[in-house]
Amino acid sequence: MNFNLKIWRQKNSHARGHFENYSVEGISPDTSFLEMLDILNDNLIRNGGSPVAFDHDCREGICGMCSLYINGEAHGPDSLVTTCQLFMRRFKDGSTITIEPWRHPAFPVIKDLVVDREAFDKIMQAGGYINVNTGGVPDANTIPVSKVNADLAMDAAACIGCGACVATCKNGSAMLFISARVSALSLLPQGKADAAMRVKAMIDEADKLGFGTCTNTRACEMECPKGIKISNIARLNREWLKAKFKD
Amino acid sequence: MAELNSKVPDGPLEEKWTRHKASIRVVSPGNKKKLEIIVVGTGLAGSSAAATLGELGYNVKVFCISDSPRRAHSIAAQGGINAAKNYQNDNDSVYRLFYDTIKGGDYRSREANVYRLAEVSNQIIDQCVAQGVPFAREYGGLLANRSFGGAQVSRTFYAKGQTGQQLLLGAYGALNRQIHAGTVKCYPRHEMLELVLINGEAKGIIARNLITGGLERFGANAVVLATGGYGNTYFLSTNAMNCNGSAAWRCYQKGAFFANPCFAQIHPTCIPVHGDQQSKLTLMSESLRNDGRIWVPKSLDDVKAIREGKLKGSEVPEGRRDYFLERRYPAFGNLVPRDVASRAAKERCDAGYGINSTGLAVFLDFNTTIEQHGVDYIKSRYGNLFQMYRKITDQDPYKEPMMIYPAIHYTMGGLWVDYDLETTIPGLYAIGEANFSDHGGNRLGASALMQGLADGYFILPYTIGDYLAGKIMEPHTDINSPEFDEAEKAVQGRIGKIFDVAGKTPVDYFHKKLGKIMWEYVGMERNEAGLEKAIEEIRALRTEFWKDVRVPDSQYEFNQEMEKALRVADFFDIGELMAMDALQRRESCGGHFRSEMQTPDGETLRDDKHYMYVSAWEYKGQGVEPEMHKEPLEFKYCKVAERNYKD
Repeated sequence: MNFNLKIWRQKNSHARGHFENYSVEGISPDTSFLEMLDILNDNLIRNGGSPVAFDHDCREGICGMCSLYINGEAHGPDSLVTTCQLFMRRFKDGSTITIEPWRHPAFPVIKDLVVDREAFDKIMQAGGYINVNTGGVPDANTIPVSKVNADLAMDAAACIGCGACVATCKNGSAMLFISARVSALSLLPQGKADAAMRVKAMIDEADKLGFGTCTNTRACEMECPKGIKISNIARLNREWLKAKFKD
Repeated sequence: MAELNSKVPDGPLEEKWTRHKASIRVVSPGNKKKLEIIVVGTGLAGSSAAATLGELGYNVKVFCISDSPRRAHSIAAQGGINAAKNYQNDNDSVYRLFYDTIKGGDYRSREANVYRLAEVSNQIIDQCVAQGVPFAREYGGLLANRSFGGAQVSRTFYAKGQTGQQLLLGAYGALNRQIHAGTVKCYPRHEMLELVLINGEAKGIIARNLITGGLERFGANAVVLATGGYGNTYFLSTNAMNCNGSAAWRCYQKGAFFANPCFAQIHPTCIPVHGDQQSKLTLMSESLRNDGRIWVPKSLDDVKAIREGKLKGSEVPEGRRDYFLERRYPAFGNLVPRDVASRAAKERCDAGYGINSTGLAVFLDFNTTIEQHGVDYIKSRYGNLFQMYRKITDQDPYKEPMMIYPAIHYTMGGLWVDYDLETTIPGLYAIGEANFSDHGGNRLGASALMQGLADGYFILPYTIGDYLAGKIMEPHTDINSPEFDEAEKAVQGRIGKIFDVAGKTPVDYFHKKLGKIMWEYVGMERNEAGLEKAIEEIRALRTEFWKDVRVPDSQYEFNQEMEKALRVADFFDIGELMAMDALQRRESCGGHFRSEMQTPDGETLRDDKHYMYVSAWEYKGQGVEPEMHKEPLEFKYCKVAERNYKD
C-alpha cells in the first residue's frame, strides 16, 4: 500500500510548527501505524533527513505513551485502540493521512508529535492514591469487596493516561482521566477513608493546570482507547459534591 | 579477584530472613533525613522501592526514561502475581511456592533468596489490596485465583488481563504520594548513562535529560538499579521498544558482576511474526493456558490444507488433533512451565507441523471451554486479550483458534547480587528483573511481578539500611568532584564517538540484524558451533556499526535515534556476553537448551556435577575477555531431581 502523509513538524517547544508532506510506499496491510512511521523515518535517515519524533513504547496498547491525532481523531479511525494497535489495513490505499500531536496548552509540544504530559502526573501526585504506607496493612481477605464493585473499579482503572480525552474535548477537560482514578478508588472500601480529600485535591490541581470543565458532550468517551465511560464523571461529580458538603 | 560472597545468613531456611532482619542495622529517623538514595527505573521494583524508601524518610531521587513513571514496562504484564496465601485450600504453602520456583528454575537459583521471596509473597497481596488494586473477586467478596504454568495449585491473583498495570498503578500511587510529600523527587525523561564511583563505592549517576539533551549529575549515598532486563538484544521481543540493558551494562563496566547472562526466557504464547516490517511481538498471557488447549494436526495433509487456506483449524475433527503438551506431559498438561511449552512447540514446527504460512505457529484453542462454560465465561476472564488478538491479526479468536509461537519475553540473568541485593560494587543495589537471583534457568509465570514488588517493598528497604547505617557521618556527595568530571567526560566521549561515525545506515538496521543472529544461535536451541558463529557475527556487525551508523540531528535536542544508537551499541556487547555464557554452560537447563545435551525424548539434560553454579562475569576492559567467577549453588532443603512434569 502507498500513502501520502501530512505531518506536523516542530523543532522544539519554542519553535513555530508547520505541516510537511511525505510519502511512503510498499506498506503491508498488516503493518501497524507506528511501524509505518518507522519505515518513513528509515527513509528519512537514509536520505540525510531528520526523522519524525513520536512517543511510543510498549506497542501493545497498555503503556499510554503513543499519542497521535490522526485525520482529526485521537488514536485514529479505529475504536477502542491506541495508535500502536492501529493497522494500515484500516486506511485506503493511496489516501492522505494527516498526523498531529495532542493539542492542549497543558500538553506543550516537545518536538514534532511528542508532547509533555507531566500535567497528568501532577494531578495524580495531588491525590490520586489511597494514603497507606508499606507494611502494617490487614490480610487481603479481611476486606471483602462485592464482585460488582470490584469489576466496576477494574473497568475504571483500565485508564492508561494517554490524554486522548483531553485532546478530544472541546473544553480541554481532564475530567474523564480524573474520574477514572477517583471512581476506581471510591468504589472500593479501602478508598473511602480519604475519598473527600482525594477528589478535591485532584480537581483543584486540574483547575490550576488550566484544564477545562466538563459539558457532557461525551466526545472523550467516544475516543477513549480503553472504553472508560462518562458514568465515571457522574461518580466523580457525586464524590466532589459529597466532599464539598462536608466542608 | 573480588570474592563472591552471597552473604546468605546462617540458620534453618525458614528462619534466615527473620534472623537476618534482626541482625542488620537500622538508621534512625533523624539520620534518614540526611541520607540520599538514587533509584533508577520506575517499574514495579523501582516505584515500590522509591515509594517505600521515601515513606521511611530517606531523600530519594527516582529516574525514568519515559514521560511518566506509569509507562514502565511492568505495566504490560498481563496474567497475574503469585502468592502462597492458600486461599483456595488446595494445600499451597510458602514451602510449596518455594519448591515450585526452585524446580521451575531448574535448580539454578539460590535457595535462601527464593525462600524469602515465597515468604514475603503474602504481604505483597495485602499491600496491593490496601492500595486499592482491583483484584478479581468471587461473589462472596473474597479474592479469586487462577493457575499458572509450573504449579498444581491456584495461587495466582489477577486483575483481568491487566495485572501488571494495576500493580504498577498501585506502586505509582504510593510513589506519587511521596513525590507530593517531598521525600521523593522524580526525573522523568532522564536516562542514566554512567555510574559514578567514589573510592570504589556507588555515589551517583550521570543522566541525560532527554528533552534538552544536556548531561546532568546526581549524587547520593547509594544507588539502586531497577532498570529491567535485556530481552531487546533480540530486537523482536515482548519487551517495550525503550527497554534496554545499558544502565546495567554501565554498572558491569564499572565492576558489578553480570550473572547468568545466557538465561533468557522464551514465552510460548505470543502472536507469531508476520513480516519484515514488524517492530514488536505481542504476548498472549499464560493465563490463557488455564482454559486454552495447544495443538497441531496429527497429519501433514491437514497441516498443508490449513496453510493453503482450504481447511480451518476449527474444522479439524477432534481425533485428528495432536494436543502435544497433554500427550507429552500428562501431569501438568497445558500448564507446563514456559521453557518446556516453548520447546515442545518448536519441536512440532521443526517436524513440519507449523500451521501458518511461515510454518512457525501452533494453535491455542478455547473451543472445549466455550462448549463447557459459554462465551461469556471466556469474555469475563480474557476479554481484553481476545480483543487485542483480533485487532492485531484481524481474526476472531472466539470462532477460530488463536495462532501462537514462542518469543523472547524476560531475562533471568542480570547483575549479580548477594542476599542483601547488593552488587559487587558497594552501595550499588539491583532489584527486579535487573538482578539475577530468584528465577534460575527459567522463571515461572506470575513470578516477575512478585519478585519486583518483594524486592521493592519488603527486602531492599531493610537491607539498604544496613549499608546506610555506616554512612550517617559521610559528607554530602560532591557532584563537582573529579570522579563526576571524569564520568561525564566518558559519557561525552561515547556520545561524540557515535556522531563521529557519520555513516549512512539507520540504527534499526543493525539492531534487527543483531536480533536475527541472537534468535538463530542464542535462542531456543543452542549448540557449540552456532554460539561460536554468533560471537563472530556479532563482532563483525559491531565493526560495521561503528563504521556506518548514521545518527541524525544533534546531541542537544530531543533525539530518539541517538538514544537508540547508544543502547544498540551496548546490545552488541550484551549479546556477545550472552553467547559466551551459553558456550561455557555445556548443559541444558531451564530456558538454556544445548542441543548436544538432551535426553532421548528431547528433554533438557542438566549436568549438576559440573554446572551447579551461577556464572558471574567480571569486566576486564574493552576488547579484553571478561573473567568468569562461579558461585556454587547448594540445595539443602529441596531434593535436586530431574524436572519432571510428566507424572
